Amino acid sequence: MTTSATERTSVALAINGSGGAGAITAGSMLLKAAARAGLYGLLTRAVGPQIRGGEAVAILRLATAPVECAADRCDLQIAIDWMNADRFAAELNLGPESLVIGDAAAEEVPEAIAESGARIEALPIAELAKSVKGGRPNMVALGIAAAAIGLPREALEAEIVETLSSKGEAAIEASKAALAAGVEAASGIDFAAKLTPPDKKEKRWIISGNEAAGLGAIRGGVRFVAAYPITPATEILEWMSPALVKAGGSLVQAEDELASINMIIGASYGGVPALTATSGPGLALMLESVGLAIASEVPVVIVDVMRGGPSTGIPTKSEQSDLNMALNGCHGDAPHIVVAPTSVADCLFTTQWAVHLAEAMQVPTIVLSDQFLGQAKAVIDRPADIAFIANRKVETKPQEGYRRYAITADGVSPMTVPGIAGGQYTADGLEHNPRGTPSSAAGDHASQLDKRSDKLTNFDYGQHWAEIDGDGPLAVITWGSSTAPAREAIEIARREGIDVKLVALRLLAPSRPEAFAQALNGVERALVVEQTHSGQFLRHLRAEYDLPGKIAHLCRPGPLNFRAQDVLAAIKEAK
Amino acid sequence: MTMDATPMSEALTPRDYKSDIKPVWCPGCGDYSVLGSITTALAELQLPPEDVAVVSGIGCSSRIPAYANTYGFHGVHGRSLALGTGLKVARPELTVLVASGDGDGFSIGGNHFLHACRRNIDLTYIVMDNRVYGMTKGQPSPTTEPDWAESALAPGGTGLRPFHPLVIALASGASFVARAFSGDLMGTAALIAEAIRHEGFSFVEILSPCVTFRPDEREWRKQVHPSPVEPTDDPARAARRIMTDDGFNTGILFSGERSAYAPARPEGPVVEPAYFEAEFEV
Repeated sequence: MTTSATERTSVALAINGSGGAGAITAGSMLLKAAARAGLYGLLTRAVGPQIRGGEAVAILRLATAPVECAADRCDLQIAIDWMNADRFAAELNLGPESLVIGDAAAEEVPEAIAESGARIEALPIAELAKSVKGGRPNMVALGIAAAAIGLPREALEAEIVETLSSKGEAAIEASKAALAAGVEAASGIDFAAKLTPPDKKEKRWIISGNEAAGLGAIRGGVRFVAAYPITPATEILEWMSPALVKAGGSLVQAEDELASINMIIGASYGGVPALTATSGPGLALMLESVGLAIASEVPVVIVDVMRGGPSTGIPTKSEQSDLNMALNGCHGDAPHIVVAPTSVADCLFTTQWAVHLAEAMQVPTIVLSDQFLGQAKAVIDRPADIAFIANRKVETKPQEGYRRYAITADGVSPMTVPGIAGGQYTADGLEHNPRGTPSSAAGDHASQLDKRSDKLTNFDYGQHWAEIDGDGPLAVITWGSSTAPAREAIEIARREGIDVKLVALRLLAPSRPEAFAQALNGVERALVVEQTHSGQFLRHLRAEYDLPGKIAHLCRPGPLNFRAQDVLAAIKEAK
Repeated sequence: MTMDATPMSEALTPRDYKSDIKPVWCPGCGDYSVLGSITTALAELQLPPEDVAVVSGIGCSSRIPAYANTYGFHGVHGRSLALGTGLKVARPELTVLVASGDGDGFSIGGNHFLHACRRNIDLTYIVMDNRVYGMTKGQPSPTTEPDWAESALAPGGTGLRPFHPLVIALASGASFVARAFSGDLMGTAALIAEAIRHEGFSFVEILSPCVTFRPDEREWRKQVHPSPVEPTDDPARAARRIMTDDGFNTGILFSGERSAYAPARPEGPVVEPAYFEAEFEV
């Protein structure tokens, strides 16, 4: 690249190619090398519909400070080849400021890319790879990308050594040579962007939201998982399965989601904190038994990594449209907890908190993550240790006449677990009296309904119910993966002199009307941001909270996540 | 008896395993006897009641946990085996009995039946088969004869071939299969005790008449007979016998040796959560 590179705080890159071209591998290596060099970053990926192989794109955003959402625009796309590359055009968002580097020998540039107005340059990617014995085009692409942002070659070579250690010395040398060829070839291209890494004092983490949720679960005390594979939640299970064994727990691959939820209810009834992970279709199947856990007061955690719906929907893409189901899908009056992480890193905190809440209140807790949060890999500062762990009220020395569902001041009744003599009771989905004996009496129903509701409303959720930041007459109210673009937009708005407050709900149920009213003190207008088609979040807010008179609504279904510019435009319209 | 012998007063009796809750069953229901058989078997094994859990789904038979003085879970329709599986994997030292009926176990819960057999998890599955949905007042179940025409839901009968749970259990990998008759309380108790002793998934199908909606089943008392042959450990032979017998052959019909489901155990000492941080560090 030319030496006139200007300093930037964030650069968006994409590397795409057909199946086997290694675009995703190159993207992952670039993220790790950037992290080694002290940069932050975020990696998402998109693939074609093929089960295996097929076109793929690694979408990276590298930055000098933590980044939590996709960039507004792609600065640099490197196409190892053009195989179905137009499929990704909407996701990448190319524009006249973008640079696209394609292979010199490749066919014509796809229409969607040509129409974007991006500057298009050709480099002999395939030829350069061929010039090195055992060289691969994706390593040339890696070299081009690294040169573009001024990444030190040592960080990349260290990454090559680590990634290819099992492939032998020859493969490592070939990759280093191909990388060098890429760096060299890029020198003739004018691309002005250089990132200077901030000081890095402590080790950072590269983690996906799904992995973070798994780690949060184990930190919280989960030692039993039962689940059925489903996109995009499976990585939670694949990460947790060996980890649980090491931590002294176990994972059962269930025959379906009906079994998953009942297995974790059984394990938790036995005293072992338990979790399942699924996506919308799986949660839909589980809901009858979520009601069982509510009625029998058995704590469980259900992580729903949301995808486009309804039905099979868009399994590999994000949407926030399971909100209605998570809040209101149970039959009967069925109070339970729903929480949502606000960033990739927050998947750890929120899942750990969910375990704590479930166990403390003996109630099922649904964690609404989504495909974006779950499958994006982020470079983050090490998450702080938090004190929240499973801390169930267990009655270890039950007295004669022990009553499992006794009415208590806070609504939580100490529970026994099998093995505790004298504490035998039958957990029941049938309405019951304090002892647990089935009852259809109006008095028992009313008092048990009150108890199950009171224990949630009386609980002290502390400041974690929402992330609140800044002040201003306009508040952006949002949740989940829409939080990151909202946060970024608010920062830009503030720099432009527009004061905006952020209120991102982490606790979606039960509602906190008083805390919410306090958070909106002095706010005159609100912009509600959500990734649904029908406005599920706004309808929920209207039902549960007092909102300011003027409400703007940025509401769009998946599969494309919001970008900061989308929210910024809405802020400017609403202000 | 020598002077220092331990007194016998500590022994638990069937009564010690019964709760004080009055069953909802109709007078004459076979399930009363099954409750008696379960408590008798637990007394025979002298299992501390707090170390036993009886888990069930929905239906007449599934009311049984509340009538036992053990731990119990009365769950949702059809999912008792999943509840029991989670409990047993999380707490392997417990004795877990799963109680079900022909509707709960073979219709709505059919898939879990297949996979519990396949996992061969070490629990005992007791199905009280009365060939009818009793709690919803008399509809045909998967084991009902095709020409049973007493239900308004299926005028003239279902015309469907009945489900054969014992053969399906065998084919799916259950390692202990027995048939019992509720009218024989002590014989059924002995089979349940044997099933609990068996390491692996043990399935006891108990013919338990519904005197209200299937009064014809009172005749079962005359039809049942002990199996004329010793139990086999050969599933093919067991399957042939079960498929060709008259359906009233009671006793252990198959008892094989296949390793029970065992979750993986850590190779070294159990690690703390901080152990997992290293893989994410750069």
